[in-house]
Amino acid sequence: MAPDEKKAPYTVQIGPVHPALKEPVMFTFEMEGEQVKAVDFAPGQTHRGIEWMGMRRNPVQIVHLTDRICGICGVVHTLSFSLAVEQIAEIQVPERADYIRSILHEFERIQSHLLWAGVAAHELGFDSLLHLTWRVREQAMDVIENLTGNRVNYGIVQVGGVRRDIAPEQHPAIEQCLSAYEGLLEKLLNLFLDDRTIAMRCRDCGILTRKDAIELCTVGPTARASGVNVDLRQDYPYAAYGDLDVRAILPEQHMGETHGDVFDRIVVRLLEVGQSCQIIRQCLSEMPAGPITAEEKLAKLLLICKKAQGEAIGRVEAPRGECLHYVRMDGKESPTAWKVKASSYSNLMSWIPMLIGEQIADIPIIVASIDPCLSCTDRVAVVREGQRSILTKEYLHRLSVEKTRRLQR
Amino acid sequence: MTPAGIAVILGWCVFFSLFAIAGGLFLLGVDRKLAAHMQARIGPPIRQPFIDVAKLLQKENVVPANAISSIFHAAPVIALASSIVILFYLPVGSILPVLGMYGDLVLVMYLLTVPALAMVAGGFASGSPYATVGAQREMVTMIAYEFPLAIVVIGVAWRIGAAGLASPFALATIAATPIWTVVGPIGFIGAFILLLVLAVVTPAELSRIPFDTQEAETELAGGLLVEYSGKNLAMFYLAQGVKTLVLAAVIVAIFFPWNLSGFLAMPPWLAIPADLLFFLVKAIIVLFFAVTLVRVGMARFRITQVVSIYWRSLSVIGLFGLILLMADAALPALVGVGL
Repeated sequence: MAPDEKKAPYTVQIGPVHPALKEPVMFTFEMEGEQVKAVDFAPGQTHRGIEWMGMRRNPVQIVHLTDRICGICGVVHTLSFSLAVEQIAEIQVPERADYIRSILHEFERIQSHLLWAGVAAHELGFDSLLHLTWRVREQAMDVIENLTGNRVNYGIVQVGGVRRDIAPEQHPAIEQCLSAYEGLLEKLLNLFLDDRTIAMRCRDCGILTRKDAIELCTVGPTARASGVNVDLRQDYPYAAYGDLDVRAILPEQHMGETHGDVFDRIVVRLLEVGQSCQIIRQCLSEMPAGPITAEEKLAKLLLICKKAQGEAIGRVEAPRGECLHYVRMDGKESPTAWKVKASSYSNLMSWIPMLIGEQIADIPIIVASIDPCLSCTDRVAVVREGQRSILTKEYLHRLSVEKTRRLQR
Repeated sequence: MTPAGIAVILGWCVFFSLFAIAGGLFLLGVDRKLAAHMQARIGPPIRQPFIDVAKLLQKENVVPANAISSIFHAAPVIALASSIVILFYLPVGSILPVLGMYGDLVLVMYLLTVPALAMVAGGFASGSPYATVGAQREMVTMIAYEFPLAIVVIGVAWRIGAAGLASPFALATIAATPIWTVVGPIGFIGAFILLLVLAVVTPAELSRIPFDTQEAETELAGGLLVEYSGKNLAMFYLAQGVKTLVLAAVIVAIFFPWNLSGFLAMPPWLAIPADLLFFLVKAIIVLFFAVTLVRVGMARFRITQVVSIYWRSLSVIGLFGLILLMADAALPALVGVGL
């Protein structure tokens, strides 16, 4: 430290476990007074080895394992894994199954965004709003339970289709929930966007510029709040989205301008709740009749998967952004390779430009603003003899060069 | 003073210490219950703070390795003792201040900073970055709310003095002559503004949302108190309860000093407990509007925002109230000169 500097920078560590963090991650902040000067973070605190477990199972079993990657994005992971396997095995998913998948996918988005809104309110110290949003969220959870039989780990998507149909007598329950949300949305927008204290805390706080958002490959609401027009449902439609009119929600549509701050991320997520309601409604009215799975008999399905050879990527627009599963099958029972990239993986790096220059008070809400899902993201943790170590880019590059040389020999 | 007089005073002090602790915890319980109902929750039972303290007293007292142990242990004791002492200088119900002859409202104002200073010392002594940041914030918050608080105290006492009463800063005088009875219409508005200012200062004094930056659970994991546990934490918790009661007593004494026995004729043995109960009811109402309602309806401010709110907005509003009070006192005199 230079002697002429008056304030001594000090280090504040937040994590791996801290009330501001809903999942473990380790932050190291270099502070000057209340201001963040530099920040580093270390994910990899909740590595569970799910891919390792998956490599010893067949695709039908893995689908249910993917359900457990994330506590919220059950449909997202099962769907993107199924999409990958279906491409490899050339399974044609019936149209009705695609619509049911889309409906559940959107309900999941609704409950995920409402959950996030509650967490964000709590990070700001606004607990009344937390209790309100989480109570409202229960309606979506009830409908999900009605449709799938489970509140979490739905177990509804399978390779080739879905496991349960939506019966006509379930429509009123869905309809009731949707109209309740459409009525509530106005109130929620009012509560979040017109509240003075929320605006004071979130406006121009944790700004991610459009340029940074693109360069850091951010995805989902984080990217959209910075004005990047990306949404897989619009750019690379899957399931029933090709038939539906989905347009990426951008903050300027509602606010007239884009700041790329925490406030814009709230706007985007709340508006997406309304958008999801419309999508579900459209799905329900346009849903064709027919079977809900390409192959009902699991033994036959397994045989098809066993014969399959090739590689594919299943991409899905999760509530947090693009989630992808890479699968490679070589005609064996279990896949040769399976790689999960959860949406938060792409968004984590955006923390650094957001956090630098901000105050301690804003750390929790900025960290929460990308809706990080760390247990989904953690795919690798290097531990040797009880010691953690970090693999640098240079080291990995050297490894890949060595391997290429070996293969060339 | 005769030994009997000292014994009487000591007896009252012991009574008030117990009353402060029990009443403070009761008020915390009521606050939690009311907040829970407003958030559509059931909430803990009203006796929950008592259960919490009983549990904490049985818990291990952990001292961090790099803490300054003497200050770390002294801080909770000082915080609790100083908060109880404030109550000896305040009228509670129809009981006049026990130590009223030794101190007035200005002393109360000074004493109010002592628990906060003890917490700051404890925070700095904990040797944790969270507590250090919390302690810095507590100091900044204290500096921020002192000025509006001073405006209120001086405004009210000055107006009572201008009305021709002797020793206007003595709490016995303030309690005996409610400010509303000495002022005219302009002064009434001025006094009401000062009441609002004091209500806004209250959450900061008690480190409650939206001014709880020094403890900010989601940012600093408890801030000042992060390293405290067991008996020490229990004492800080008791101090928090007593401070809540004291703040309510200050507002009640300055602005709502009426007693039940003043309206209904009752024998003396009934008057004291009835007035104490009435005092608690007034305290609950005051705290409901100043603390509970505010904390369920708002998000936490940043420390910079706290300072600008108190120094700019609240000071200006307070000074405006003070000017109204002065105008109220000066106008009849000016009119008199004109005649």
